Amino acid sequence: MQQTRAIEIGTGLFVLFGIASLLFMVTQITAERVGVQRVGYVLTAEFENIGGLKVGAPVSMAGVTLGRVIKIEFNSKDYRALVEMRIDPQFDKIPNDSDAAIFTQGLLGNQYIGMTAGGSETFYKDGDRIELTQSALVLENLISKFLVNFAEGKSRSAEEAPK
Amino acid sequence: MITLLRELWRSTREALVQLGRVFLFFLQLLAFTPAALMRMRLIVHQIFNAGALSLVIIMTCGLFVGMVLGLLGYDLLSRVGSEEVLGAGAALALTKQLGPVMTALLFAGRAGTALASEIGLMRATDQLSAMQMMAVDPVRRVVLPRFLGGVVAMPCLTAIFISIGIFGVQLVGIQQVGIDSGSFWSQMRSAVELDDIREGMVKGCVFGVACSLIAVYEGYNSLPTAEGVGRATTRTVVISSVATLLLNFMLTAFML
Repeated sequence: MQQTRAIEIGTGLFVLFGIASLLFMVTQITAERVGVQRVGYVLTAEFENIGGLKVGAPVSMAGVTLGRVIKIEFNSKDYRALVEMRIDPQFDKIPNDSDAAIFTQGLLGNQYIGMTAGGSETFYKDGDRIELTQSALVLENLISKFLVNFAEGKSRSAEEAPK
Repeated sequence: MITLLRELWRSTREALVQLGRVFLFFLQLLAFTPAALMRMRLIVHQIFNAGALSLVIIMTCGLFVGMVLGLLGYDLLSRVGSEEVLGAGAALALTKQLGPVMTALLFAGRAGTALASEIGLMRATDQLSAMQMMAVDPVRRVVLPRFLGGVVAMPCLTAIFISIGIFGVQLVGIQQVGIDSGSFWSQMRSAVELDDIREGMVKGCVFGVACSLIAVYEGYNSLPTAEGVGRATTRTVVISSVATLLLNFMLTAFML
């Protein structure tokens, strides 16, 4: 009887350990908040081009993550991307003329929204729209711009050379 | 030539017959399951045997697999200068592939052989026949609790393996080679989704059913000799490993 009891306790501990591991996986290695998702307030912003921004991407200011992108839509009126983001409730003192831009983490990393604080005395609240936005830098555009400049510079120097 | 073809046909037919028998055995076990759940004590005992006793091997192997993954991943990723991705890559590899497959292989080697040889020895020493004489169904009394114990233990072991593996990756990645811990965890969190964990756990459950089924089937149908028990144990490991890898391919293709 004593032995059976020990085995039952051991089994209980084992299953508990398994469930604890599963819980660790769900809470620690994924970013998804299970259950409590309805906290914080929602801001929207329209971008010319969002590049590779995805739902779930962080929204940060000064390098600190304030919230996440929750929805990306296409605005068919003016052909721009409409991004909705949820900001955590403790960050409720963001000036309402702050601007948002899309940056890339590292050289090949994920894209995120970086905000820069403005100087306004009033703060963003639920449902507000960020008016000042800056699109993602698309690498191909940069390269083609650079090549065009480079070619122009070359032809100019070629014209100047015969004189 | 004709004899060769005939031989080939014969062995193919034999394999099909075996597959059919395993499946029928599985259906039989499923049919008895509701009644067996009434006798939890037997199952608890087997969860302890299959699960808690495999804990040491699962944890050490998980730790070392994670550490190797950390070292190799760091070596490879530092060449392209993006070491922070290590957390994401290793976590995905562990949850989706390495965790379930390695756990199933170790489970077949540790718990599967124990099940097969235990039941096989009962067969060889006529304990199963004695039970039948006493109007106790050996499938219900001996085989089913062991099968269910394995089925419950395997997902738990998979979760433990994955967690310990990630701990191992972290141990090498952050403590030893010095990747920034913030970006390590945040890259991991942004890469791993709930679906990936679900995939890993579904695989763990499927492998658990497959490995336990093969072990109890081989043990129950072993020849009642010392050699027969040995052969059943060997076949358990071989068939479980092949079945695990085959099922893994199918599940991966299915859930991609």
